Amino acid sequence: MNRGSNLFLRLHVDLALVGSVFIVCTIGLILLYSASNGSSEVVFRQLVRMMIGLTAMLSIAQVSPRALLKLSPFIYLVGLLLLIAVHFFGDTSGGAARWLDLGIVRFQPAEVMKIAVPLMLAAIISNRPLPPSKRSILLCSLILVVPVFLIYQQPDLGTSLLVGFSGIIVLFLGGVSWRAIRYVSLFSLCAAPLAWVSIHSYQRERIRTLFNPENDPLGAGYHIIQSKIAIGSGGLYGKGWLNGTQSHLEFLPERATDFIFAVYCEEFGLVGVLMLMAAYLLVISRGIHVARNAQDTFERLLSASLIITFVTYIIVNVMMVVGLIPVVGVPLPLISYGGTSMVTMMASLGMVMSILTHRKFYSRD
Amino acid sequence: MLMEIKNKDSERSIFFFRLNVITVFLVVVLVCIVFRVFYLQILNHEHFITRAQENRLKIQPIVPPRGLIYSSDGVLLAGNKPSFSLLVVPEKVNDMEGSILRLSRLMQLDTGGVKETLGGLKERTSFQSVMLKNQLTEQEVAIFSVNRFRFPGFFIDSSLVRYYPMGSDMAHIVGYVGKMNSRDLLGVDNSNYRGTRFIGKIGIESMQEEILHGKAGYQKVEVNAEGRVLRVVERKDPIPGSNVHLAVSSMMQRQAFQLLEGFSGAVVMLELESGSLLASASNPSFDPNLFVDGISSSAYKKLINSPGKPLFNRVLQGQYPPGSVVKPLIAIGALESAVETTGSHVYCPGFYRLNDKGRRYHCWSEKGHGKVDLNNAIARSCDVYFYQLAKNVGIHGLKESLLSFGLGSQTGVDLLGEKSGLVPSREWKKLALGESWYPGETLISGIGQGFMLATPIQLAQAAAILARKGLVTPPRYLDYYQSIDGLKEEFPRQPARSPRLQLRDAIHWDVVRDAMIDVVHSDFGTARSARLADGIKFAGKTGTAQVSKVNRGSMKQKPMVLRDHALFIGFAPAHKPEIAVAVLVENGGSGSRTAAPMAQKMMDAFFHNKKKVDDLADESR
Repeated sequence: MNRGSNLFLRLHVDLALVGSVFIVCTIGLILLYSASNGSSEVVFRQLVRMMIGLTAMLSIAQVSPRALLKLSPFIYLVGLLLLIAVHFFGDTSGGAARWLDLGIVRFQPAEVMKIAVPLMLAAIISNRPLPPSKRSILLCSLILVVPVFLIYQQPDLGTSLLVGFSGIIVLFLGGVSWRAIRYVSLFSLCAAPLAWVSIHSYQRERIRTLFNPENDPLGAGYHIIQSKIAIGSGGLYGKGWLNGTQSHLEFLPERATDFIFAVYCEEFGLVGVLMLMAAYLLVISRGIHVARNAQDTFERLLSASLIITFVTYIIVNVMMVVGLIPVVGVPLPLISYGGTSMVTMMASLGMVMSILTHRKFYSRD
Repeated sequence: MLMEIKNKDSERSIFFFRLNVITVFLVVVLVCIVFRVFYLQILNHEHFITRAQENRLKIQPIVPPRGLIYSSDGVLLAGNKPSFSLLVVPEKVNDMEGSILRLSRLMQLDTGGVKETLGGLKERTSFQSVMLKNQLTEQEVAIFSVNRFRFPGFFIDSSLVRYYPMGSDMAHIVGYVGKMNSRDLLGVDNSNYRGTRFIGKIGIESMQEEILHGKAGYQKVEVNAEGRVLRVVERKDPIPGSNVHLAVSSMMQRQAFQLLEGFSGAVVMLELESGSLLASASNPSFDPNLFVDGISSSAYKKLINSPGKPLFNRVLQGQYPPGSVVKPLIAIGALESAVETTGSHVYCPGFYRLNDKGRRYHCWSEKGHGKVDLNNAIARSCDVYFYQLAKNVGIHGLKESLLSFGLGSQTGVDLLGEKSGLVPSREWKKLALGESWYPGETLISGIGQGFMLATPIQLAQAAAILARKGLVTPPRYLDYYQSIDGLKEEFPRQPARSPRLQLRDAIHWDVVRDAMIDVVHSDFGTARSARLADGIKFAGKTGTAQVSKVNRGSMKQKPMVLRDHALFIGFAPAHKPEIAVAVLVENGGSGSRTAAPMAQKMMDAFFHNKKKVDDLADESR
């Protein structure tokens, strides 16, 4: 260890993680400039959010994992209260009440739950011997189901599934028995028809559309068709930055937010896609490294579940854009235009960095 | 309590195993994604690049401006003017009802009609625009343009729309264009008509459609998802339609309509040398501008049910008993066949009888004309003379001479819809009615009555043949057309339907002509009131064709529809003819009182104008 990295370590900064996040964010800003049709205003606003996110990441890294453990019930409760608040005072935007206006900032409480749920669950089950007992599994399920249900009610199917998924990851990593997993899987399989009936008709439409987008090219299939055209017409090297016709001529909907990956594919081609994946892999591999070298169960569970959630976001967004899963409103982490998701992603990476930089025997590996 | 003790190693190993499971799973998913992107970007690249181009580039036809139509004196008869329409792409409107309500506050909009239009469009292809209102005023265009941002999906389109400055005066000749329908598309080259809204439906507009339409161009444009054109990538200009120049004189045509004001009838004026129809008026007429953007059914019903039959072109389609105007033609035939000589006389007591007990065939003059010769019989229009002559010539002879003047067959004029009239014969009657011919029918054929029918244009042509001593020139409306690069091309002349009428003795032309001069210029002629200004000699013949059987009694007492048709044919100057004229006034009373003055005014107008033009030419020289 040289003195430089020592200094950063004392400031709880991991250069590898911050550096790789910086690379992804830079790609994001360059892409956003094109996706917003050259609007420097949009880019500037996103830059401000990145700065806020980076600040959050660096600040949270200062908080020790012990403190996070102790704070977890409060964070969870605050998140839950915000969700209930949004239920009553939420700002309706696009038919769904997801936003909470706190005067200075408008944000989506559901996003907070992406961090609060894995944090809370990791805190609970690491407190007891693992694999978790039936009682703690039941407790965890309750802690998980309430926010998931509230988010689903907004309605935001995508986020609620992802929050639920992040909790399940914690339980899975904690060592829930395979038998319990089998039961749950079987139960979900049986409940699937029920779910099909209970979800909103537009959500059903999206699932149907996935299998046959050409059926309704101007309605529900429009997103997928235009997205596939954008990606496919990009080819190996892409049409070049600012030259995507699908995005610049506005054929591609939601091109700055959920479908920004299609813009990227159109302008930078397969080569660009592989490069972006490599940049993401830098972040992910650092996260996995943290999880593998964490010093206790809480740290391990928390860092692993956060980084897996991060990967899941990427995968769900990309699979949606390339037409492998139905259209669910999930942004591409660190790249899609939008504030709350940016800040929460950075915050969760801040926790990961905290775990990394608060190790007592960091020189062990 | 033993269970409560944490086993750190087992926890770690479970964690690592599970983490590996997840990692492997994620790697598999990641590989799937890469394959998917590879599949889209590499394997299906060609397909999607085409789809992207189809999204982006649209080919728009550019409708060529339709050729203009001019009169021989250079007056615009059919032009194009810009017209603005309000259109909407229903798929792009979120709140149709509200938008229409807000629109109706900005401009006059038939909201019920609009809803009906939009409701009846179930089978329309998506993203195609629908017209809500046409012929917007400039004010409406301005108001909409300012408020455009409030109406996504609505837009204003400008296009050229046909209009007819002379309106009803040229309607029967020029015709009109109307909206293209699927039947119209069958007759034309569809690629050339892509985007064309109007096609000639009738008249010159229809017959010269090919020349007037031009060649469509196209432009390849880049559009955004809203369909707004961002730039033109490629453009091929259309070739405008050629301008058509008619032989018709707007001045003479207007004069003819002024004369026919208040009457149903037709006036035809022929220039002898060229066959140009300087005037071809059929009154009442209609406004062709009504048809361009689709005539309302109530307005159309009004036209159809109007007693004057305004849509009916009397010049070509009106078939009338010609009456006494056929007398000069019959006279020529009789002289030629040597049945009649210039010197022979007939005594006219006011009636004629085939035999002593027979029925009386009246002369129009109750008192009779006394002793008349051929010249007298034409000038005073003695019926008894021609009864006698008809009896001598026989129905076959009458038929031959009338046919040689073009009666009973189409003149071959360059406009569709011409009727051929009727010259009766024994064979015809047998065939058409299944009856045999009566001698009395020969008599009334001799004065142009009975079964005989002729169209005004046939009468004008007969006058022209008389004037030109047998030379037949088919009448024509069309003169030439001129393409956009200035190339002039004459319309092909119609070949004459019948050969030149050759007389055994050419002096007979002069005999009949002199008799026709006496019709106007002698103090016993029937058209003494029709003398021309500047001493120009006018040869003519009046005709009064019976409509009802009863011919006796004052005209004034008869209901209008039973009054006689008034006719006149003539040419001038008599010794060096330039112009022939035929006038027919339905229920006009008498040829001498109604038709002859009209012919005279047409002639005066022509020669007056000609003198003015000649003077101007002299001055400039």
